[in-house]
This record gives sequence, structure tokens and C-alpha cells, in this order.
Amino acid sequence: MKLMVNGEAHEVAATTLAELLAALDYEGDWLATAVNSDLVHKASRAEFRLSDGDRIEILSPMQGG
Amino acid sequence: MFDLLGTTLPSRLLLGTAQYPSPAILADAVKASGTSVVTVSLRREMAGGRAGEQFWSLIRSLGVRILPNTAGCHSVREAVTTANMAREVFGTNWIKLEVIGNHDTLQPDVFGLVEAARILCEDGFAVFPYTTDDLVVAERLLGAGCKVLMPWCAPIGSALGPVNIMALRSMRGHFPDVPLIVDAGLGRPSHAATVMELGFNAVLLNTAVARAADPVGMARAFGKAVEAGREAFSSGMLEPRDVAVPSTPTIGRAVFS
Repeated sequence: MKLMVNGEAHEVAATTLAELLAALDYEGDWLATAVNSDLVHKASRAEFRLSDGDRIEILSPMQGG
Repeated sequence: MFDLLGTTLPSRLLLGTAQYPSPAILADAVKASGTSVVTVSLRREMAGGRAGEQFWSLIRSLGVRILPNTAGCHSVREAVTTANMAREVFGTNWIKLEVIGNHDTLQPDVFGLVEAARILCEDGFAVFPYTTDDLVVAERLLGAGCKVLMPWCAPIGSALGPVNIMALRSMRGHFPDVPLIVDAGLGRPSHAATVMELGFNAVLLNTAVARAADPVGMARAFGKAVEAGREAFSSGMLEPRDVAVPSTPTIGRAVFS
């Protein structure tokens, strides 16, 4: 399946958002995720099924003004 | 002490966390300023990265309240999604709402701002809108559910200070009961003191401290200026006069000729 993760193209075997995070070595309760511009809660990642072409954003706390 | 949306804060200075020379200097500047609210953002994390974890750990160790922002968002959709992601990560319903409308001036897209504010307020957020000093926009934001307003006094990072005192004074006069926080454009402690003397409830700044030669010293200076400005406002300042008035009593002075 082809996905865009943080603006970069990835070819992955993962079928859920939780599997994708594990496959790409994302770990931590400070991460926030969105698929196709909608928030996907932490608790929903394991059931959230990805589709070809999905755009995933994985964000974390950063300096801000 | 300062009551902001039901939360009692010891300081009227809110401080941004970007652009400091190092995390240690950021931490020292936060402490020196006396602030109890800092702004943070969300950005893309690299695969396997720990940048977010390190920063988040530092901020949590400071024991201050978090005001996440939607900096860099140019559309309602982006801002709303970012706000929802921030609520999940930071565990607060406070959000500094930015919907940027112009790349050069970083001025807010006030139409998108009002629309995003309505969506977020209805969803239970306490929205701190980064806005202009326009009274009509301010009315619309209050109508959308905002309980606090954050007008700029000059473009973000410009250090120009209050460029339109009349507009700020007018805003204070029109919304006597709404917490007003000057956000963006402050360059010097005297700028902060000036807007506090006008009766603004607090100021939010970042660049003026972070990019100073000594951010820790500047943070302390801003903290004092904000306090001084507020106390001056509360103490009733003398109105300017066109004529001289002697301060030393004239009665009882000696006559030598």
C-alpha cells in the first residue's frame, strides 16, 4: 500500500495506523496523528484501517510562539 | 494575581518557547520572567525521532501551564485539525488560534479566524484568537464564543511595539470586561509597560526575549515591565497637561528682595 507520511511517500505492509507507527519506529504518548486531515485519537489507532493513498501526519510537541 | 478564564495566574506575562539559543536558556528565561503560561506548537516528527519527547519533557519540568498554538495554519481546516491534535497531546482545551492570511505580514485571516473560532468554541475549546485590533472582528469573535481576545500591536517578530495606540485604547474601552492580551509585535520592555498602562490584562511575547543578547536578562526585564505597567494602570496615572505646574509648594517660600 502506498501512503504519504509527513509529506514523504512510503510503501508499507501495515494495514492499520498503529501498525504503521510501529513499522516506521514511531513510539510515544506525545505523538498526535491525523489521516487525511482528520485527527485519529490514540485509542483508535489500532482499529483505524488505512487505505491506499492516505495522507498521514504524525506530529509532536515543538517550540512555538 | 490574574484570573484568566477561571484560572488564577501569578503573572500577566505569557511567553513563547521558540528561537532560544538552547533548551537550558529557554528554561532559565521562563523562570526569570515569572511567567506561568508558555506557548508551544506541534510539528512533524521524524521517524524514530525523539525531538518532541525531549522538548515536551523540558516543558513539563517547568511546572507552567501550556497554551498550544496553531501557528503556521493558513486554512480553517488546518487550524481546527491542529487544535484537535494539540488537545490530545497536551491535555488542555486552551488553544491559541492562528489562521494566517498573509505571508509577508503574518496578519490573521480574520474571516477564517472567526469561522475556526466558532467551530472550536462549539467543540469545548477555550479559544485565544490571535487577531488584529479591529473592533468589528473582535465583536464577531466574541459572538463565536471566545472569552478572551489577543490583538497584535505590530506584526509578529517585528519588535515595532504598539504602532496604533489609539486602536488599542479604543479596544480596551469597547470591551471593558473581556480579558485582552496583546500578542505579537512587542520589542522592548517599555512597549509591554505601555500596553499594560492602557489597561490590557496581559501580554504574550517570544522573539523579543528569545533573540535578545541575553534572553534570561530580557525575560526578567519584561516580567518587571509588565508588573510595573499593570500597577501604574491600577494606581491611576496623571493626565498630561499643556502647562507647567510646580511640584514644590510655593506657599512659604523665602523672599530675598
